[in-house]
Amino acid sequence: MDFSFLIGGEAGQGIQSTGQILAKTLAKGGFNVFASQDFESRIRGGHNFFRIRASNKPIHAISEEINLIIALNEETITRHKSELKKNGLIIHDSGESPRILHPSPSFWIPFEELAIKKAGNKIMRNTVALGATLCLIKLDLEILTNVLRRVFADKGIEVVSKNIQAALAGFNYVKEHFSGTLNPYFPAKKESQLMLANGAESVALGALASDCKFMSGYPMTPSSGILHYFAGKSVDMNVVFEHAEDEIAALNMAIGASYAGARAMTATSGGGFSLMVEALSLAGMTETPVVIVLGQRPGPATGLPTRTEQSELDFAIYAGHGFFPRAVFAPSTPEECFYLTVKAFNIADKYQIPVIVLTDQLLADSYSTSSAFDPAKIEIDRGEFLSKSDLGAIGKYTYQRHQYTSSGVSPRAIPGNPYALVVTDSDEHTQAGHITESAETRTKMVQKRLKKLKGLRKEIEVPRGYGPKEASTVLISWGSTYGAMREAVDALNTPKEKVRMIHLSEIWPFPRESLAQQLKETKEIVVIESNATGQMAHLIKAETGISATKSILKFDGRPITSTYITRNFLEEAEN
Amino acid sequence: MVTINDYEGGETAWCPGCGNFQILEALKRGLVNLKLEPHQVLFVSGIGQAGKLPHYLKSNLFNGLHGRSLPVATGAKIANHELTVIAIDGDGGGYGEGCNHLIHAIRRNINLTYLVHNNQVYGLTKGQTSPTSEKGFITKTTPEGNFLQPLNPIALAISLGATFVARGYSARISHLTKLIEEGIKHEGFALIDVLQPCVSFNRLKTYKWYNKRVYDLNEDKEYDTSDKTVAFSKAQEWGEKIPIGIIYTSEKSSYEKQISALKTAPLIKQKYSMAKMKQIIDGFVQ
Repeated sequence: MDFSFLIGGEAGQGIQSTGQILAKTLAKGGFNVFASQDFESRIRGGHNFFRIRASNKPIHAISEEINLIIALNEETITRHKSELKKNGLIIHDSGESPRILHPSPSFWIPFEELAIKKAGNKIMRNTVALGATLCLIKLDLEILTNVLRRVFADKGIEVVSKNIQAALAGFNYVKEHFSGTLNPYFPAKKESQLMLANGAESVALGALASDCKFMSGYPMTPSSGILHYFAGKSVDMNVVFEHAEDEIAALNMAIGASYAGARAMTATSGGGFSLMVEALSLAGMTETPVVIVLGQRPGPATGLPTRTEQSELDFAIYAGHGFFPRAVFAPSTPEECFYLTVKAFNIADKYQIPVIVLTDQLLADSYSTSSAFDPAKIEIDRGEFLSKSDLGAIGKYTYQRHQYTSSGVSPRAIPGNPYALVVTDSDEHTQAGHITESAETRTKMVQKRLKKLKGLRKEIEVPRGYGPKEASTVLISWGSTYGAMREAVDALNTPKEKVRMIHLSEIWPFPRESLAQQLKETKEIVVIESNATGQMAHLIKAETGISATKSILKFDGRPITSTYITRNFLEEAEN
Repeated sequence: MVTINDYEGGETAWCPGCGNFQILEALKRGLVNLKLEPHQVLFVSGIGQAGKLPHYLKSNLFNGLHGRSLPVATGAKIANHELTVIAIDGDGGGYGEGCNHLIHAIRRNINLTYLVHNNQVYGLTKGQTSPTSEKGFITKTTPEGNFLQPLNPIALAISLGATFVARGYSARISHLTKLIEEGIKHEGFALIDVLQPCVSFNRLKTYKWYNKRVYDLNEDKEYDTSDKTVAFSKAQEWGEKIPIGIIYTSEKSSYEKQISALKTAPLIKQKYSMAKMKQIIDGFVQ
């Protein structure tokens, strides 16, 4: 069973919350769920939609074909009719009476009228639609009503009971009036322990579980969700979120907090990251650990603010004046957003460097089910710190923040302790952290910072492989295109044709040896990415000397889907 | 018992006669008078001749980017509010490159002391016009004379409802020492604008020029620092007579006093709770 929903309407109609409730209901019903959002940069009007795919098998991406369209306005029908699968259905309440029907297959349900009649408020019409949906897919209504109880718990008992009445009205209407057939039967597994979260929430959860104490940020799509989630938990978790005056301040604040001993991060998109670049270099020079989330969206400049792209790989790797070591991670799923954020903090502390977590709008706003993130599995590694007694032993005020060591990493001390003064400088500095112009010190300090790369390279995981090992055609993906690639590889593998994939989530320092090893004896290499110039293909060439045979690119601001990959792959093959 | 010797730092790289020497002296005296030990103090500075100051004394120091001392100081203070945090910039960094941060630090009323060495000219980059340079000031970047109206930091701070606004003069070391002490003791954001001659690049604003003009506003016992209207009019006084001293004060809760997470202990001492974390994640399952 594999079934896809699309909920569409105008901005301001509650498409997002309705989609979330249905996604949660399906997850709670025991299904694997993947959901993504498509919205315009506006508060009212326009056309927004939310896609949900549910299956009893593991799924990794949305599907282009829809089984059930929940149309909250007329435009949803005209726009998405063609995406409907054979035997699919549109439910809607457009038109003035049931007589004005859309061509089959559609089914008119008076969402608004039922909402007013049964729940006393037309605002509940989306909940009527959800109740109707549950009846159509034969899923137990109680799963939905339980989700409604939790979602609206904060709004009081009246809101909860009205929503439940609305859901029941929709459910009963379908039961009484729908005579068509819609195949699926969603047999609920009551005790599902899967969790459902989007990429933005998962990054913020990863930060909280890493004992990140301070986040500063300036709102920017698609990373605002991270700021909102972290800020929302600040009282519960005893952490601080600061809404900075600009992105320059945001990163400088995080660096200040980190210098003073708190794990700190910021999150932004390309435009904000541009403003942070000078401070990124400052973190490199002062060897201050910090985590920066760069949520990509199509540029240049303001670009397509609410849409997706993978065009800041080069930017993340090379941004900043002067050379300093850094790590760049690009998680592929919400679950990986959680665990790679944890790793980002550990690596930042261990090597005293900035670490960039590269996400994008697709990942930030996509929900998927996974086993619950486990904070007990997490090891928090703060790197080398000198204790008060260590510092006392070396003598009062003789501590040197940037001491030369064989690893290039100098043990840290927290400012405020009675034995050490912690001194650092954005100018080239001595071991004690004071400004210097000595040629000898300069050379040694550059070498010290470079030395960290040796250890850092070893931290990078081998790129993940999937598919038959003997396949001589390799598809390469990175970051959020993972799910679409997994499904494309499954679809492309036939008894005649064999393809496999290699996916990169830990991108910098580039895993050059391990990737080159995996690409040995490969005939064809196809790199799939959401940008116009093939940045990953260039990076592979620059780092390993291996050229891709071709690239499949997409840069219209919409996500790469598995059908997009298979279609382009097969067309190319035919030519 | 902390003494001035505890604060003695390395060799300076300033021009002989620079007002920075006096500011450095006032700072050391102020910290000693407040019985603060070097490790209890964090200096955050930017780039410029002012930004070098903390290298010439002993304390914790984060010498960051030009104009960005305030956000770094803000982050550090939030992380550990037990530190005495002093940010230092010149008029270029404080009122030019980083002026946006000044505006918002005042709004935040975070408990920092912000010292701006105001010599009305760029020193480190060798003599260009600054945000506080007077109109007509001829420099390498303003060969026809500066066309821009000078920024009035005192009036700006008062208009934003700052809680402590003062102006010192580097050559009045004892007076400046007192201002620094008051600024540090103040629970909230303290702006201390310090008039300072630049002996290399500002031939107009010499010691002689200032000595004739400055007077201590607070010698007038009737002067009420909490009267915003009077303070604002004093902020306009410039030319024949220039007031120095504490110009404006107001009562507001400091930023860090309002944050729940900082009520019981500094942020860096808060313990992470795995139990709470598990509870939060459970919310995504149920």
